[in-house]
Amino acid sequence: MAQKAIREADGKRMMARLLKEYSGGKFSVEDKYITVGPDTDMAKLPNQYKWLTKEKLVVKPDQLIKRRGKNNLILVGANFEQAKKWIKEKSKGPITIYGKFDAKGKPTDKGTFGQLTHFIIEPMVPHKDSDECYVAIMSTISGDTILFYHQGGVNVGDIDAKASRLEIPVGTFPSVAEIEKKLMGKVPADRKKRVAGFVEALFKFYADLNFAYLEINPIVVTKDSVMPLDLAAKLDSTADFESGRKWGPIEFPSPFGRNPSKEEAYIEDLDSKTGSSLKLTVLNPEGRVWTMVAGGGASVIFADTITDLGFMSEMANYGEYSGDPNEEFTYKYAKTILDLMTRKKNPKGKFLLIGGGIANFTDVAKTFKGIIRALEEYQKKLVENKIKIYVRRGGPNFQEGLKNMRKVGESLGVPIEVYGPETHMTKIVSMALKGGK
Amino acid sequence: MTKAKATKKTAAKKAAPKKSQYELFDRHTQSFIYNNQVNATQRMLDFDYASGRESPSVAAIINPTGGDSFSKFFFGNKEILIPSYKSLEKAAKLHPNVDVMINFASFRSAAPSTEDALDIPQLKTVVIIAEGVPERRMKLITAKAKKLGKNLIGPATVGGIKAGCFKIGNTGGTIDNIVDSKLHRPGSVGFVSKSGGLSNEAYNTIARNTDGLYEGIAIGGDMYPGSSLLDHLLRYEKIPDVKMLVCLGEVGGSGEYDIVEAMRKKQITKPLVMWVTGTCSKAFKTEVQFGHAGAKAGSEAETADAKNAALKKAGAIVPNSYDDYDQKIRQTYEKLVKNGTIKPKPEPPAPKVPMDYAKAVKEGLIRKPANFISTISDDRGEELEYGGIPISKVFKDDMGIGGVLSILWFKRQFPAYASKFIEMTIMVTADHGPAVSGAHNAIVTARAGKDLISSIVSGMLTIGPRFGGAIDGAAQMFSDAYDRGLTPQEFVNEMKKKGVNIQGIGHRVKSIHNPDMRVTIISQYAKKNFKKTPLLDFALEVEKITTSKRDNLILNVDGCIGICFADMLRNEMQKKEADEYIQMGALNGLFILGRTIGMMGHYLDQKRLKQGLYRHPWDDILYLKE
Repeated sequence: MAQKAIREADGKRMMARLLKEYSGGKFSVEDKYITVGPDTDMAKLPNQYKWLTKEKLVVKPDQLIKRRGKNNLILVGANFEQAKKWIKEKSKGPITIYGKFDAKGKPTDKGTFGQLTHFIIEPMVPHKDSDECYVAIMSTISGDTILFYHQGGVNVGDIDAKASRLEIPVGTFPSVAEIEKKLMGKVPADRKKRVAGFVEALFKFYADLNFAYLEINPIVVTKDSVMPLDLAAKLDSTADFESGRKWGPIEFPSPFGRNPSKEEAYIEDLDSKTGSSLKLTVLNPEGRVWTMVAGGGASVIFADTITDLGFMSEMANYGEYSGDPNEEFTYKYAKTILDLMTRKKNPKGKFLLIGGGIANFTDVAKTFKGIIRALEEYQKKLVENKIKIYVRRGGPNFQEGLKNMRKVGESLGVPIEVYGPETHMTKIVSMALKGGK
Repeated sequence: MTKAKATKKTAAKKAAPKKSQYELFDRHTQSFIYNNQVNATQRMLDFDYASGRESPSVAAIINPTGGDSFSKFFFGNKEILIPSYKSLEKAAKLHPNVDVMINFASFRSAAPSTEDALDIPQLKTVVIIAEGVPERRMKLITAKAKKLGKNLIGPATVGGIKAGCFKIGNTGGTIDNIVDSKLHRPGSVGFVSKSGGLSNEAYNTIARNTDGLYEGIAIGGDMYPGSSLLDHLLRYEKIPDVKMLVCLGEVGGSGEYDIVEAMRKKQITKPLVMWVTGTCSKAFKTEVQFGHAGAKAGSEAETADAKNAALKKAGAIVPNSYDDYDQKIRQTYEKLVKNGTIKPKPEPPAPKVPMDYAKAVKEGLIRKPANFISTISDDRGEELEYGGIPISKVFKDDMGIGGVLSILWFKRQFPAYASKFIEMTIMVTADHGPAVSGAHNAIVTARAGKDLISSIVSGMLTIGPRFGGAIDGAAQMFSDAYDRGLTPQEFVNEMKKKGVNIQGIGHRVKSIHNPDMRVTIISQYAKKNFKKTPLLDFALEVEKITTSKRDNLILNVDGCIGICFADMLRNEMQKKEADEYIQMGALNGLFILGRTIGMMGHYLDQKRLKQGLYRHPWDDILYLKE
């Protein structure tokens, strides 16, 4: 429920479908964008898209990746056979993609390791470098900002410093004349009006479809057309009920390199089955500090405190459960974490922090029931792995919940320390880690 | 119950003292709750009572999908009525002193309903609870509110609380927690955070380390909240009773830099203890979206570390981690006490708010005898149970209508022969043509344009001693005679002497030479399948005597059913219990049950045939003058 990035091909297809309407018929983009995913049978594509074997093609990975050009991930001017071969080769196994480069084009960061799975194929648009411009529209707190630069492409440079800006107060739409005056300064005179008209239509399209971000770099302006070459966009996913029909069948993909593990995917699946919230990210499966924290805000603070106390490298997971999940869901959630943390023993032992703030209305005793069930099931493994448990929680029925936790610690023979609202929320982090170092 | 509409009463009362422009709420603030939020409303009223407010803070509920009505709520241990209106405009007209609306509309309708509220001049503050309001809508609303000089809190928030004055919706959790966190009386700390969940934790921290909260607001986790952290800090700065500020920021967005800027410009001069959460984001490999829509660092400046550093530089009191946030709050408070800025007040006694009955029961604190007992079925568990038997077993064992009836009426599972016998009696009593009084009434009622239930009831009300009652009557009469040891002849003589017709004997057309098939079926089944049939045997002897006098004085179908049923019950239970069931009217029930099938048939038949109103012909009535 937030601003979420979409695939380039989905954004372009939306333009192809709707830009004509928003520009009063003046601009149109032909729908020649194909998404190739892991299940696509490429052999069948030429039958479906006749142009595929007749035109020169451009192929790029379509997974919210920045700097594809510098990472050598754009194939230009290929025929279909070459495109097929290239995709096969690029998706053979995981690769590293870099985010920062020096002037010579050498990567300067550690990069992100991940698997390429989705590609976009589109026709090559022959053009001169001087035909390229940069345009972006982004949401701001008071409205939107249009950024425009009369040059574009991979080497456009520091666009924040160079681009002309036009602030659009929310609820208003800029006129062609205004765009021409404020943004088209360095555009050749014979193109000014046309490009301004395109930007005007693009803004309407952006606003009406509830985009939060739309960057086209470059946009190619020729004598008879205006074509988006590279596109990156985010939609306001909460606007699904208003604009979903216009978006068409899209998905919000995970960023490249975030390939959920089996357990993460399992929790994601559980999360989708309940009105409550269940989240899990495994940061370091061999870490010694595991958390099971109630509440989105509190879970961040627990992770913060582990980081701030200097134990980032030992932090095994981030996650939260909130919104009053029932006993079954908390049981499954707890079991997943206990399973992960008892796979590999560490001679120094491990910590499980069952934390949380003071709940508004979640019944603490009830949610703890599910956790207690999981703890009982893992009794032997908890002892074998030398796991020490710290609990801190408040809210409705917390007294009973905490009492039950203490009892289960005793009966299982697992060391457990239990605290309520009288103890500062994150004290159990320092108790565990500072005592445990 | 106090029938007085508490809200109207206060409206008529002396005008509340005018609050400063920096205060959103005071002890007289009245609000509308948009959407029928019963629990939140009650929680607000509990807070009001605990705070010693004179009147409830909720003037009315706006229920856009309902009509105008009243709902009961508790104010302390008294019950009061709070009005509901379909139209916000109407509510505003009737409650001119209301200036706050707490909007519980869903994410779909939160935006339009908030716009409506902003259009009403008297409403100065609107709180939006929903999560998932489209960002563009929210920006439009924020711009509109700004233009009109109105206040927004939210969206995606629990709201906020002004200690001892006004509580928004569900803020602060349970009433126990509110009292534990001393939210029922004001302290000196102004608090603002994004997260609603954590604000509750913060109130606890503040209560334990200072003289308590003055006001706390959770602005909500969205990217574009209707009011910012700074908006509220600037208000607190202007409120003389707020002596120190506590704020909890979050990774993502740039709101915290506005605070830095305001500190630089000396717009904030009161001590500010602040921490920005999300310092752990550096532990994640890819960009991470935490629970809140706005909690995502798009650039270095938006990280928690950068914000904490900037705040510290600007003069805010920033702990090293959340772990010593409480210590920083305590130290700041103690400094203010030491330098005389804050003069600690004696703690007033903690108020008692009556516990809800349901909660007291749950905690085992009270008990009370039940007003009702029921033993035949239970719908509370995973599965419906008939007499302790799960409904799935009823079907698995193919118990049929007879089996279900035996459980629900007689509280036991009869053997198959008896269940089948029950079903046979229902089958043979289902209908007896359109001319009998029950069917006739049902038909006439149906033709008068009445509905199914009226038509059936009209027919059913004719069941009694003369119609259908023979089943019951025969069973009682014959078993009484048999039990007294009378011979069939003695019984017939006794009845004749009393001048009473023997129930269950005699038929209009059927006779000994023209037997009734229904009687044959029932009596043969009983003879073949019952362990013994003493009452039926007795009745057949009686029939021999009566038919010798007139050939149509046969054991009729009602008599046969009643007598066989009594035999069956005596086979399956103690005689005393069987007699009790008959006395309670179980056999009459059998007839009603069966005949309802037929009456419904007649009703449907008449409707299907579109029969008009029935009017009895004059010539069929003998008009007499006496």
